Amino acid sequence: MKKTLLPPLIPFIGLTLMAEFLVRQGFVRPYLVPAPSAVFRAMIDSRVELLQALLSTSAGSLAGFALSAFTGIAIAVLLSSSRAVQRAFYPYAIFFQTVPLIAVAPLLVIWFGFGIQTVIASAFVASVFPVIANTLSGILSTDPPLRDLFRLYGASPLATLFKLRLPAALPQVFTGLRVSAGLAVIGAIVGEFIAGGGLGSVVDIARTQQRIDKVFAAVLLASVLGLGLFGLINLLSHLTLRRWHASEQAE
Amino acid sequence: MAVQLDAVRRVFDNKHVVIAGMDLRIDPGEFLAVLGPSGCGKSTLLRMIARLAEPDSGRIRTEPNGERFQTAFVFQDAHLLPWRNVLDNTALPLELMGEAKAKRYESARAALEQVGLLEALDRYPGQLSGGMRMRVSLARALVTEPRLLLLDEPFAALDEITRFHLDVQLRELWQRRGMTVIFVTHSVSEAAFLANRAVVLARRGGAIKLDRTLELPAVRNNELRGDPRLGQEMRLLLGAIEE
Repeated sequence: MKKTLLPPLIPFIGLTLMAEFLVRQGFVRPYLVPAPSAVFRAMIDSRVELLQALLSTSAGSLAGFALSAFTGIAIAVLLSSSRAVQRAFYPYAIFFQTVPLIAVAPLLVIWFGFGIQTVIASAFVASVFPVIANTLSGILSTDPPLRDLFRLYGASPLATLFKLRLPAALPQVFTGLRVSAGLAVIGAIVGEFIAGGGLGSVVDIARTQQRIDKVFAAVLLASVLGLGLFGLINLLSHLTLRRWHASEQAE
Repeated sequence: MAVQLDAVRRVFDNKHVVIAGMDLRIDPGEFLAVLGPSGCGKSTLLRMIARLAEPDSGRIRTEPNGERFQTAFVFQDAHLLPWRNVLDNTALPLELMGEAKAKRYESARAALEQVGLLEALDRYPGQLSGGMRMRVSLARALVTEPRLLLLDEPFAALDEITRFHLDVQLRELWQRRGMTVIFVTHSVSEAAFLANRAVVLARRGGAIKLDRTLELPAVRNNELRGDPRLGQEMRLLLGAIEE
């Protein structure tokens, strides 16, 4: 634990001290970049509001992410069922990814109304593609001799899926989920900009009030949320793969 | 189990003839080695016998016919499921065939005992040596008590000492169980040491250049490796390959 926490902590402390110094000495205007101490103070002063916003954004991100995980894996399984299905539908999955979220968010408000449902939808749109792409690639790269082995013993397509293809794809599924976790938080914040609520609203309102310290405090919390989600997936990945996959066996 | 091939032909990409009309009979209980240079169709032949690929024309029959899952296949590498321990990997074929849990674990234990791996039941493939992994693969093939065992260069990736050891073990297993074995290999010494009969395929079209019953004692152990009779058989096989 000491070994994994200490290395990233050193540059964080260094940069914080340097920012504090630069702002206090007047090298950087505090209305552009606030002193870390001011951000900390804003966090303490607005703790109730920020905590509520964090909880709301967490709920939206987690729900959107969970939806992405289940839907993404299900879509990948369907796409892997045949080359024809893949050729017909995969381009739309890619298209989904290339549509700019910020342009779609107002549409989501029209469809789902103001509130958390739009935030969840936005988090979902932002984060579903990496799950589809990685899961599909994992399923399709199942070891051919193992597929032969399953055929030799008359395994049904369902047995092959659950006993071979999905377990074999797990390392790639987790890679998709890691990318998707960060994107879900971004998607939720974008959704909140338009639909209201959560840290997205705090950032938006604090910006109009010139409360740059509060903007930074909210952004910091959003990053912590993203990191937390990423950490959760890492933990799940470690618990699932540690016995058999090289990526989880180092040191 | 007997295998009968009649005018079997297999073509890749509509132009590359891998096997151009092969006739071959393998009698029940035979240990046949199939030798030949790379790309001569050895593995394709094995896959067709296992029904993992279909011939473009001709016919492959196994006798007695109609018995499902009487064939087992051992691949070039162990190809185990890395997320399953040794016992669950060995029991996999029976699980896929719908066998009850107690029965399949009992059979898996028996198969692992035959390859001398009973002490490694709960280990994962990543914790095993290459030789041990291959023995698990062999146990997985034996767990269904197959009457036809197909092996596609199974020991090629192993070091020589491990290979010698596994050769002796495989031969003993065959003698004990009386199944038909078809063993595809690059190695002339391995073919001569293991088999009762060897078939050498030509580089193109899978034509049979030599079909020979090996004149060697039934019991094969490491002492045989220095025996001039083995050397003589190896020379004959090598001569046919290089012809």
